[in-house]
Amino acid sequence: MKTIVVSAVLLALYLLHFDFWLWQRPELILGLPVGLLYHVVYCVGISVILALLLYTAWQRDLTAE
Amino acid sequence: MTLAILGLYLMLVLAVGLYGHRLFRGTGEDFFLASRTIGPFILLMTLFGTHMTAFSLLGASGAAYHRGIGVFSLMASSSALIAPIVFFFVGTRLWRIGKRHGLLTQVQFFRERWDSNGLALFLFFMLVTLLIPYLLIGVMGGGITFEEITRGQVPRWLGSLLICTVVSVYVTAGGVRSTAWANTFQTLVFMGLGAVTFIVIVRQLGGLRTALESVDPTLLMHGERIPASMLVSYTLIPLSVGMFPHIFMHWLTARNVSTFRLPVIAYPLCIAIVWLPSVLLGVLGTSEVPGLTGPAANSILLQMISLRAPEVLVGLLGAGVFAAVMSSLDSQVLSLSTLFTQDIVGRFRLGSRMSEAQQVRLGRLFVVLLLAATYLLSLVSNRSIFRLGVWSFTGFAALFPLVIAAIYWRRSTRYGAWSAAVTVAVLWLYYFLQGWQTPDYTVGGSGLMPVAILLLTSSAAMVVGSLLGPPPDPELVDRFFPARSKSS
Repeated sequence: MKTIVVSAVLLALYLLHFDFWLWQRPELILGLPVGLLYHVVYCVGISVILALLLYTAWQRDLTAE
Repeated sequence: MTLAILGLYLMLVLAVGLYGHRLFRGTGEDFFLASRTIGPFILLMTLFGTHMTAFSLLGASGAAYHRGIGVFSLMASSSALIAPIVFFFVGTRLWRIGKRHGLLTQVQFFRERWDSNGLALFLFFMLVTLLIPYLLIGVMGGGITFEEITRGQVPRWLGSLLICTVVSVYVTAGGVRSTAWANTFQTLVFMGLGAVTFIVIVRQLGGLRTALESVDPTLLMHGERIPASMLVSYTLIPLSVGMFPHIFMHWLTARNVSTFRLPVIAYPLCIAIVWLPSVLLGVLGTSEVPGLTGPAANSILLQMISLRAPEVLVGLLGAGVFAAVMSSLDSQVLSLSTLFTQDIVGRFRLGSRMSEAQQVRLGRLFVVLLLAATYLLSLVSNRSIFRLGVWSFTGFAALFPLVIAAIYWRRSTRYGAWSAAVTVAVLWLYYFLQGWQTPDYTVGGSGLMPVAILLLTSSAAMVVGSLLGPPPDPELVDRFFPARSKSS
């Protein structure tokens, strides 16, 4: 079950990389082009999700030897 | 002023690198792996500094000049996702195996995992062949930047020589320990200076919103400038981190497996910090310096600095570029030296086993020889060598199925590994000859990059070759999958 959930999360992250719904939108939001802002937020999101995985599903894999 | 800042920076790097030498314990394991004592922050900075080259920073601005903000998703956020996942699924596993079996190099790992000297030697030549152009790009890029930033006061040959000399001194002094300290310092420098440069230039342009409103709106969206198939292909390129000898070397330096936690979490943030200013400055450059074509756009960052920043910042930016060059060059040359020392001399040397002191001496000698050879090659190479960068990444990424099979697939065999390695060598050479002279070459003009074909075929070759050959020796497999063998 854990493997399925983790795989689904990673697959979702990969698919979210392809932000095709923003590809034709040049407007600025918070001073940045919306497509660029999306990818900066995406990087922050990856970081947060990897942290969650490391402290939950992958906790045992990082137990010190 | 610019020269003084650059000179001061090079001296600072030397001082930090030589500080690492004070901690050096004089053993081969310490020279090549810092006795596996590196902590989380230094590991993060070292991995990031090693992975990010000046080529990628200057190239990012140049690519953004032509293709707009889509370059961030093409090159940066794909690495932000893939690289830390590879650190976790490959790096932590290799760290455990490396510690358990006392391994020092990637080639040793593959030799022991599949019990094949021939395969190890073949992989050694492939890894070295793919890494040498990468070294050359760093040395040449550094020299060219020196020349441009000092407006010819320091010629290219002298700039490259200075960089090679500084790297050679601190790497030979303390091995990977000095490299790690110098990398940490240099990574902080290029991350910090990137941000400062960006803020100063954007203020000069009247603020970010004003500056962005003056550029072609099609550069502010992904649009048609990057085909979808190219975007998909590019997500495969960061798999190369799983096969870089210099990244492998740094993984093995970790103090323990939990040391990987910070690099996995913080890597995407570091990428965003460095790439956001680079991409934006490339886009803003289209209105400041219009009309650049082809590779000429790679100098846009330097041109923007010259136009819009005070002289002190020109020197600091130069220091930032050298930081990016040297933080990759030192690790690459040390990893090659480790491969030569351990996998060629150590393996095929006649007579008794090398002593610790001999290993260190030989490692130092190889560092100096490799840098000298790279420097001499850089003097006779022309700028077309920069086209080899993406081909180098393609080769390493295409070898990725080998490391995955070695770690996760008990049934994988030397026959599968041979099949995959030979497939990569043949197909890489074929596509290289077809497309290396064509910028942004894609297979049949489809937008699909050769890396996708190579990765698919090498994976298939690994599976078919392993299943068609005899199964591996169970004792050998159990050495690398101990937990599973206990439960079965």
